Amino acid sequence: MSIVAIIDYEAGNLTSVVRSLKALGVEGRVIKEPALVKQASRIIFPGVGAAGRAMANLERWSLAEGLREAYEKGIPILGICLGAQIILDFSEENDTRCLGLLSGRTQALRKAAGLKIPHMGWNKVKFLQAHPVWQGLPADAEYYFVHSYYPQPAASEMVLGVTDYGQEFPSVVGRSNLIATQFHPEKSGRYGLQMLANFLAWDGTCAE
Amino acid sequence: MLSKRIIPCLDVRDGRTTKGIKFINNVDVGDPVEMARFYYEEGADELVFYDITASSDRREIMIEVVRRVAAEIFIPFSVGGGLRTLEDMREVLLAGAEKVSVNTAALLNPGLIADGAEAFGSQCIVLGMDVRRVAVSAATPSGYEMVIHGGRTPMGIDALWWAKEAERLGAGEICLNSIDADGTQEGYELTLTRMISEAVSIPVIASGGAGTPEHLYQVLSAGRADAALIASMVHYGTYTISEIKQYLHSKGIPVRLTW
Repeated sequence: MSIVAIIDYEAGNLTSVVRSLKALGVEGRVIKEPALVKQASRIIFPGVGAAGRAMANLERWSLAEGLREAYEKGIPILGICLGAQIILDFSEENDTRCLGLLSGRTQALRKAAGLKIPHMGWNKVKFLQAHPVWQGLPADAEYYFVHSYYPQPAASEMVLGVTDYGQEFPSVVGRSNLIATQFHPEKSGRYGLQMLANFLAWDGTCAE
Repeated sequence: MLSKRIIPCLDVRDGRTTKGIKFINNVDVGDPVEMARFYYEEGADELVFYDITASSDRREIMIEVVRRVAAEIFIPFSVGGGLRTLEDMREVLLAGAEKVSVNTAALLNPGLIADGAEAFGSQCIVLGMDVRRVAVSAATPSGYEMVIHGGRTPMGIDALWWAKEAERLGAGEICLNSIDADGTQEGYELTLTRMISEAVSIPVIASGGAGTPEHLYQVLSAGRADAALIASMVHYGTYTISEIKQYLHSKGIPVRLTW
């Protein structure tokens, strides 16, 4: 049986992810047990909140190991928001050692005159390469963001999309079977749902 | 570039909206869920529900509205009105709201902001502020005072001080309502909005006084607001969200035009 696992590590409210999948006709399973993570055919790794506590929870419940295994096995994984940050090696937030699925660091958005932190609201994404997960989405589509940190992978080929907020920052990162968005597709209206639908249909390879 | 948000506000009493679109035949104008879906499809960037149900034992009706809205619309929405405890907040968030808005309860018990931010994250906690213009005094050096009970009860607390204090306590956003401008449709309170928005680093939603797209332009430019709340001007069909956004776009304000 195919399981779409939504990883629950007590980092925020997962109901909006569950509901958006339901609108697409898919029953996501909110999962806290590493054994079940290993059975998942597809993983959504959401999260809001602070990196320090999130990583502590993931380690305590052995979910970190389950995620690493799933990544190595080639299971399609979608990280969202905090889930796009703690997949890197390290986060400046609480100086936290993270999962290390992608090499790089999560950094604080630069403060600048007149710029509000958090970056909250709708913004565009410039996709830097073609990918099945954003196939068919219009270039001027906007997505809902709410964050104060962003993922900065070590290698530019892992930056798949960028967004402008005082600075240009990576808003979509990934590699092979892992895609992660700093924005919330589950709260980004029709185009966000389209992106989730694309992810649910994606086989985890980047071949076009 | 970050778009400025246009946010319709729906007042709900006993599960029904109290103001409604009058011109659309196929929309149940009193049903908050249908109105939410209508505005979602019209291009609203976010929605605000304000529960004006008098008694808290009717809260379950509102929770059911929140559940139904969350199942149908996939943009953020906040719920406010009578939330007094962490448990009240949790119930609304688990029903599917993205944010909760606290106003009177936070003023009477500022710890509620800190506790809410700790439990659910700052991004969930919107501070609602009802403010009126007063003479500059020792208690209100900014010339603006906090009021509660829809403007009837002055608190003698300075609005600028409270905005900064709420940010310090962990509020993620401020919804700033001018009691003087509210209901006039003569424009937002620009001086107040600019003062608060420049004093805090969290986003500020301007509320009260919107009557024309020009008013939104003013508050999103001169007023320095990050978002604008609208009610009557769309509820009664005077303007569509699309018209408002096209106008703002023509004036150089970044708005989300594709949805």
